[in-house]
Amino acid sequence: MRFALAAGDLVAQFKLNFINGDRWKWILQGLLATLEITAVALVIGIVIGVIVAAVRSSYDKNKESMKVRGGIGYALLSAANAVCKVYLTIIRGTPSVVQLLICYFIIFSSWENGVPVAMISFGINSGAYVAEIFRSGIMSVDEGQFEASRSLGFGYLPTMRYVIVPQAFKAVLPALGNEFIVLIKETSIAGYVGIMDLTKAGDLIRGRTFSAFMPLIAVALIYLCLVLLLTWLLGKLERRLRKNER
Amino acid sequence: MNADDVLLKVVNLKKHYNNGAVKALDGVNCEIRAGEVVVIIGPSGCGKSTFLRSLNLLEMPTSGEIYFEGDMITDPKIDINLHRQKIGMVFQQFNLFNNLNILRNITLAPMKLLKQSQQEATKNAMELLARVGLADKANHYPSQLSGGQTQRIAIVRALAMKPDVMLFDEPTSALDPEMVGEVLEVMKELARSGMTMVVVTHEMGFAREVGSRVLFMEGGVIVEQNEPNAFFAAPQSQRARDFLSKVL
Ligand SMILES: Nc1ncnc2c1ncn2[C@@H]1O[C@H](COP(=O)(O)OP(=O)(O)OP(=O)(O)O)[C@@H](O)[C@H]1O
Ligand SMILES: [Mg+2]
Repeated sequence: MRFALAAGDLVAQFKLNFINGDRWKWILQGLLATLEITAVALVIGIVIGVIVAAVRSSYDKNKESMKVRGGIGYALLSAANAVCKVYLTIIRGTPSVVQLLICYFIIFSSWENGVPVAMISFGINSGAYVAEIFRSGIMSVDEGQFEASRSLGFGYLPTMRYVIVPQAFKAVLPALGNEFIVLIKETSIAGYVGIMDLTKAGDLIRGRTFSAFMPLIAVALIYLCLVLLLTWLLGKLERRLRKNER
Repeated sequence: MNADDVLLKVVNLKKHYNNGAVKALDGVNCEIRAGEVVVIIGPSGCGKSTFLRSLNLLEMPTSGEIYFEGDMITDPKIDINLHRQKIGMVFQQFNLFNNLNILRNITLAPMKLLKQSQQEATKNAMELLARVGLADKANHYPSQLSGGQTQRIAIVRALAMKPDVMLFDEPTSALDPEMVGEVLEVMKELARSGMTMVVVTHEMGFAREVGSRVLFMEGGVIVEQNEPNAFFAAPQSQRARDFLSKVL
């Protein structure tokens, strides 16, 4: 086994792994699949996260006063809150690979294409984490902000809209960005259900060329670049938001 | 509205915590008439904040009734948001909206709740800001102001809703000593302008100067109430005498 690869060797390796048989196209296809799955899962996750966080925090905030009034509203909100809690417990208590396999082989077993299944599975998974991020953001806003708005005559929802959510969003942006980055990397298990994502593409090339170094390092570098790009963009957004307050 | 109209009426108000283990309010009765400046004093934990915060239902009473301008606001069926528009509140911790600049802090509620145009709300806000000497801060954010400035703007924010009564919960207690005066000045001016005010405070000078009545609370009830000069000169109850001997 030689560790020192000569320059000529490197070029030959590169040709073998990426140029021959147009194998670079696999990488490109895989990258596109990874990006597609991540983007759609992110949207699903945010939608679920917003709804679950809204249910959970309005239940926490209003249960006292609603209990006094009673009625159907309180019953519905309690039920919704219970459903959300079960969802959070299950999703956060099981590995995402297992969730993906259950989605593909049990829940959506009639679907031929794994990509939409992966989008939904990762979206449902991410939703649980996003929900808790949003909820902690809402709770991080000082109670006095809430009381001041209510004392002026704003109801619960307008108070959330004008005062609490804008402050909560700013507070959770770093955590939300982090969840986005986690999600990109988490989609690398998509190969388990026959999807050729970026990771799977690299692995397929490795299996075809019997050389592991080039394809796997290339895949790692692409993930790294994606994450660095995202980190940079999020940093910019955060600075922009902070400047608006000055 | 007549000067002796009852604006707020409180009947046997109770607020218990932990299933009755803590009786923050234990049967408070009182009437507050239009134009009065009622100052609430009493030792720490006697229920002053709980009482004040019950008046706009930030605190849900355990039992008893509160009437505001004749309507029983403790009735669960009433829309409390409408009544709160007429009850301004100023907090110890100021609570300006951190995500909005000063002008937006003041105009938000008049525009969204009273449906004032932006022009009208801005004009009112600028007039009020000028009245407290802070017109130049309109475009600043709360984090850029001193405590005294922030509290004066919090008062303006409540006034912009043209309330019928203003509630103050220790409005100067979180301030550095050198800023207490500027806030008290605004409150005194407000009192002289005829605003009905209910003020929880440790500033006995304020009570003497502009107060029309002092309520002395202890143990969740009003122990004694009187016109300020008479109260400070000759408190009737032993508990009031003990309290005054400690704070004066
Ligand atoms: N959420 C709560 N749970 C339990 N007890 C409470 C709660 N809020 C207030 N209390 C109790 O109710 C009593 C009255 O409290 P309150 O805040 O009204 O007193 P206060 O007169 O405003 O005191 P201070 O001068 O310290 O502000 C206190 O004994 C307090 O410990
Ligand atoms: Mg208090």
